[in-house]
Amino acid sequence: MNDGILVLVVVTALAFDFTNGFHDTGNAMATSIATRALSPKIAVALSGALNLVGAFLSLSVAATIASGLVNTHLVTLTVVFAGLVGGITWNLLTWFFGIPSSSSHALIGGVIGATMAAAGTHGVKWHGVVSKVIIPAGLSPVIAGLIATVGTYLIYRLSRSVPNRTRSHGFRLGQIGSASLVSLAHGTNDAQKTMGIITLALIANGTVDSGAEAPFWVILSCAIAISMGTYLGGWRVIRTLGKGLVEIDSPQGMAAESASAATILLSSHFGYSLSTTHVATGSILGTGLGRKNAEVRWSVAGRMATAWLLTLPAAGLVGAGCYGIAQGIGGTTGVLVVFVLLVVASAALYLRARGTPVSHHNVNDEWKGATASTDAKKPIAA
Amino acid sequence: MNSWIDLDALWKIVVIGLLAGAGLPALFAVGLRAVSLPGRDRGSPATEAGGDRILGSNPLGLAAGVVCFAVVLAAIAWGIYSVVAGT
Repeated sequence: MNDGILVLVVVTALAFDFTNGFHDTGNAMATSIATRALSPKIAVALSGALNLVGAFLSLSVAATIASGLVNTHLVTLTVVFAGLVGGITWNLLTWFFGIPSSSSHALIGGVIGATMAAAGTHGVKWHGVVSKVIIPAGLSPVIAGLIATVGTYLIYRLSRSVPNRTRSHGFRLGQIGSASLVSLAHGTNDAQKTMGIITLALIANGTVDSGAEAPFWVILSCAIAISMGTYLGGWRVIRTLGKGLVEIDSPQGMAAESASAATILLSSHFGYSLSTTHVATGSILGTGLGRKNAEVRWSVAGRMATAWLLTLPAAGLVGAGCYGIAQGIGGTTGVLVVFVLLVVASAALYLRARGTPVSHHNVNDEWKGATASTDAKKPIAA
Repeated sequence: MNSWIDLDALWKIVVIGLLAGAGLPALFAVGLRAVSLPGRDRGSPATEAGGDRILGSNPLGLAAGVVCFAVVLAAIAWGIYSVVAGT
């Protein structure tokens, strides 16, 4: 029992939930913003509100995030904390570079890394990691992409003779509807992961019995954190998804969002907890493939894929390192030191990002090969 | 079904995903096409708002379009319901 550490873990988990929100706004809203179906401000507000609602819709995957991947009886509060720090760090770094990478993978990577540092490789259920994380991560963008390709092809074929005004009006409405569904699905899917982590911490601390459901204050605070993060809007990531990957038109936007919503909801229905980011990216790529002469920037896609491959090991290394530091110093002090380090690093990254700002003002500017910054490829000092 | 990939769930996700994720938007496109069909006054120059009109004036088309949109909405509502009920 250590309530001091528990408070820090809960705060860090909510911070992770917040970064999860703003990192993933683009999954739902990037295409609607890019096609101007919605103004940027309204898009993030709508998405934030629907994330809030979505978080209350279902609790079926909460608490399953860690149980199939690590031996939960080896998980201590410090392990959970270090894992969360790994996840947040990776989320902030990829946000800085405008790369849509999976928040779920960042979290999983961090927790696995911290568990390995704490208990060695036998603390990790590798079969679970491969079958529940790595294989779905490889399949989900392909499936979503296939659905989006077919959808885009059908939509363009069936709406050929529709007058332009009806077309643009109708598909914008369809796009808003389908993007709203993705926001809802995101709230349901991703907020639950943080709820699961906090519940895991409460169990590890002995505050609640193992096998307990997430308490209501956990559900409420996670819902609020993810929706506030979404409302803040990760403009850098939105820009890459909406403008960088494919030039998108309203019918394509609708096809992409419908494919994403269907894939996410179906997969969670069948018990696959997958990454909304991987699905959304696959859909947007697919919609570029389904339309004749649409431009798909494979170099941008390649950069994303590289980041995806790095997510698990990189977040894992940070998680393991943080566990090492916290455990080395020991006790509440150790956790507090890592917490302060995280705050300092986040603030430094935030200040650096202000040098090359992306906001609702310039999110839709023409794509010139980089998110915003001219020096985005330089390593970060912080 | 093997221990690495749940093939049973996989093919369901692909098939239902195609029906819902690609089929519903396609149905939506059919609906748009139906509501925009020109009516019997096709020959006469459009009276108000000219070519700016969003809806066509074919009653059968309008009805068919409404049916398409209703099916799409119903499918979405059922999808959300089954997620909520799944808890």
